[in-house]
Amino acid sequence: MRNSTARRSFMKKTLTGLGCAAVMLLTPLSMQIAHAANPEKDELKFGFIKLTDMAPLAIAYEKGFFEDEGLYVTLEAQANWKVLLDRVIDGELDGAHMLSGQPIGATIGFGTKAEVVTAFTMDLNGNAITMSNAVWAEMKKQVPMENGKPVHPIKADTLKPVVEQYKAKGKPFNLGMVFPVSTHNYELRYWLAAGGISPGYYAPAKGDITGTLNADVLLSVTPPPQMPATMEAGTINGYSVGEPWNQAAVFKGIGVPVITDYDIRKNMSEKVFGVSKSWADANPETHKRVVKALIRAGKWLDEDNNANRKEAVEILSRPEYVGADAKVIANSMTGTFEYEKGDKREVPDFNVFFRYHATYPYYSDAIWYLTQMRRWGQIGEAKPDSWYLDMAKQVFLPAVYQSAASELVAEGKAQAEDFPPAGEDGFRPPLADTIDGVSYDGRKPNEYINQFKIGLKADSVL
Amino acid sequence: MSNPAVAQPIQDTLKSARGLAFKRWLPRLLMPMFGIFAFLLFWQMIAGSIDTSLGKFPGPTQVASQFGALVDEHQREQKRADAFFARQEKRNAEKLAQNPEADVSIRPYTGKPTFFKQIFTSLYTVMTGFFIASLLAIPLGIVCGLSKPIYNAVNPLIQIFKPVSPLAWLPLVTMVVSAVYTSSDPLFAKSFVTSAVTVALCCLWPTVINTTVGVANLDKDMQNVSRVLSLSPLSHVRRIVLPAAIPMIFTGLRLSLATGWMVLIAAEMLAQNPGLGKFIWDEFQNGSSNSLGRIMVAVIVIGLLGFVLDRLMLMLQRHVSWDKHADLR
Repeated sequence: MRNSTARRSFMKKTLTGLGCAAVMLLTPLSMQIAHAANPEKDELKFGFIKLTDMAPLAIAYEKGFFEDEGLYVTLEAQANWKVLLDRVIDGELDGAHMLSGQPIGATIGFGTKAEVVTAFTMDLNGNAITMSNAVWAEMKKQVPMENGKPVHPIKADTLKPVVEQYKAKGKPFNLGMVFPVSTHNYELRYWLAAGGISPGYYAPAKGDITGTLNADVLLSVTPPPQMPATMEAGTINGYSVGEPWNQAAVFKGIGVPVITDYDIRKNMSEKVFGVSKSWADANPETHKRVVKALIRAGKWLDEDNNANRKEAVEILSRPEYVGADAKVIANSMTGTFEYEKGDKREVPDFNVFFRYHATYPYYSDAIWYLTQMRRWGQIGEAKPDSWYLDMAKQVFLPAVYQSAASELVAEGKAQAEDFPPAGEDGFRPPLADTIDGVSYDGRKPNEYINQFKIGLKADSVL
Repeated sequence: MSNPAVAQPIQDTLKSARGLAFKRWLPRLLMPMFGIFAFLLFWQMIAGSIDTSLGKFPGPTQVASQFGALVDEHQREQKRADAFFARQEKRNAEKLAQNPEADVSIRPYTGKPTFFKQIFTSLYTVMTGFFIASLLAIPLGIVCGLSKPIYNAVNPLIQIFKPVSPLAWLPLVTMVVSAVYTSSDPLFAKSFVTSAVTVALCCLWPTVINTTVGVANLDKDMQNVSRVLSLSPLSHVRRIVLPAAIPMIFTGLRLSLATGWMVLIAAEMLAQNPGLGKFIWDEFQNGSSNSLGRIMVAVIVIGLLGFVLDRLMLMLQRHVSWDKHADLR
C-alpha cells in the first residue's frame, strides 16, 4: 500500500515537473518574463527640463514603450536644474532627465550631497555656445573667412581681444551656463581655456563656490529657457546651453551661435536618466524596465538614419514637452545647425540618441567630468587615478543597462549588435579630435589633467 | 382700443415707463459695455504697434483664437484619456485571462492637465488656503477684539508679518514642508501643500484685522443687553458678538480671498503646483509664437475668476447679514 501511494505521489511530482518544463519551453519568453517579477512601483513621475534632449522620455511615453513595460509614467517639466535635483533626492520625483554632472557632483558632495546614480545615457552632444550680436560683431573681425563665410570651428582666441576690450573699459564680461556641474559649464570653460581666457576657479575649501576666482570672464547660472531673454536684456553677453535655446536666439535675431560642443569634444554623454540610489536599490525591477523603455525610445529616435526625427520634432513642440515652435526645434533635431542667420551647416551628429553606443553609461565619460571638476577646483585636492574610477563606478551602473539590454534582445525588440559586448570594460577608446588637440584617455585622469595650460594641475591646491 | 379716453393715458404711462426704465438701465448695463468695448479697441490698436522678440503683442482677436485652441486641446486630451483607459482595461483583461488572481487596478490618467483642469486646481488650492487662513484668523480676531491686553501682545507680530511678500515666504515654506510632510504615499502633493500654506500665510491678515475691529467696536447697547441678561462668555460671543461683527468679518474675508487669489498665482509659479500660475510659467518658458497669446488668456481668466469669487462672497455676505437694509457692494 505505502509503496503504491509513494510511487503515485512520485509520479505526480515528476509529471508536474515535466509539465511545467514543457509549458516554460512552449510559451514565449516575454510572457515568462512578465510573470518573473512585477515592477515594485508602477506609477512613476519623472521630471525634465525643456530641452530637446528630453526626447527619449517623451517618445517612450507617446509611443507606449513605458506602458509596454507595465509602467504608468507622468512627465512633469521642472522650473530649473536645482529644483529638479532636489525633488529627485527627496523622493517627489522617481527619476529625471539630468545633466551628466549632476549625479557625479551630488555623489562627491559638490552642492547638495546625495547618492544619485544612473544606468542610461540619454544623448551625446546637443549643446552650443551663443554670443550676443554685439559681441559677435567684434569677434568676427578675428575670424578667418572663406568664400564670405566664417571658417568653423571658431576658437576662443577670436574672443580674447573682445574680452580685453571689455576689461580695458572696466566692464565685466558675463557668460551664462545652466548649472555649476553642468556639461555646458565644462564645455564653455574648455573652449575659453583653449583660447587663452581664464574662466575662473572654484575654491570650496575657502568657501568660494562662485567659480570666479582669477577669472577673465564671469560665468553665472541661468535656467535654459530664460537664457535668450537674459541675453536680450544685456545681463549676459553669451551663453552655453542645449537646444532649442541657441536656434531660438537666431530666430529672434538676438544672438549668433559660434560653436557646438560637437566641435569642442565630441560624443561624450550629455544627459543621463538619474535616480536616487535609495530608489534604485528599492526598485531594481522597475529601474530595469524604465531603462528598457528608454533604450527603445533612443533606438527609435536614431532609426533608419534619423527617419523618425520629424515626428519627434512635432511631439517635442507640444506645450507640455519643449513647447518651442517646431521650426526652431527642427534644425538641430534633423541634422542641420544655423549659425549666423542664413548660414546653415550640416551637423548630422548634433544630437545622437543611440548611435555609437550612445546610451551605454561609460565610466570614461564620468571620469572626464571628474577631471574637469578637478581642473576648475570643484574637487579641492589631489586624487589618485583609482579614486576617479571608484567614483565613476559608484555613479554609473552599466550592470543595470546590460540586464535591460539583454532582456530586449531576448524579447526580439533589439539586436545584440546594438549594444556593447558583454565584456565591455566601460572605457571608450582615447579621444584625440578636440578643439585644443589634447587627447583624452579615461584610464589616466591625472596625466590628462596635467596637459592643460589653463586649469589646476593634478596636485595643485588653491 | 375703442375708448381713446382710456387708451391714451395707458399708452402715455407705458411710454413714460419705458423711458424711465431705459434711463435707469442705461448707466448700469450700457456704460460698462461701452467701457469694455472702448478698452478692446484701444488694446487692439496698441497691440499692433508693440513688437517683441516672440512676435507682436497679442491683441483681442489673437487672444480669442488662443482660447479656442485651448478648448480644442482640452477636447483632444479627453480623447487621449479615453484611449488610455481603454488600453488599460484591455491590458488588465489580458492579465486576468492569464492569471485570474493577478492584482489589477485602474491607474489615473498620466497625461498633462489641460487648461481647464489647471483652473480647477487653482480654485481648489486657493479655497484650501483661504479656509485654513479663516480657521486661524477668525478665532484669533475674536480673541484680540474681546481682550485689549491680548491685542496689545499680538498686534506687533501682525504688523510685522503682514507686509511680507509670498515670494519671500516660499523658500521657507518649501523647506519646512519637505522636512515635515514626509510620507511614502502622500494624500496631497507637496507642491499643493506648499502653495496652500503660502496662500494661508499671506491672506490671513485682512481677516484678523477686520475681525478684531468688528468685535472691538461692539455697540454699547448690545453690550448692555448682554450684561443685563448675564450671558455666559460663550453665549455672549455666539449670540451678540458674532452676529454684530459679521459685516466686518465678511469685509475681511473678501479682502483675504482677493489677496489669496493674487498670492496663489505667484506661489504656484514657484512651487510648481499644477494650476494657472504654472500654466503661465510654462508658457513663458516655452517661448513659442503662441505663448504671449496664451498668457493673455490666462491673465483674463484669472481676472474673471477673481471677479466671480468676489461676487460669490458678496452673495454669501448678503445672505448671512442680519441688517437687510445695509447697502453691500
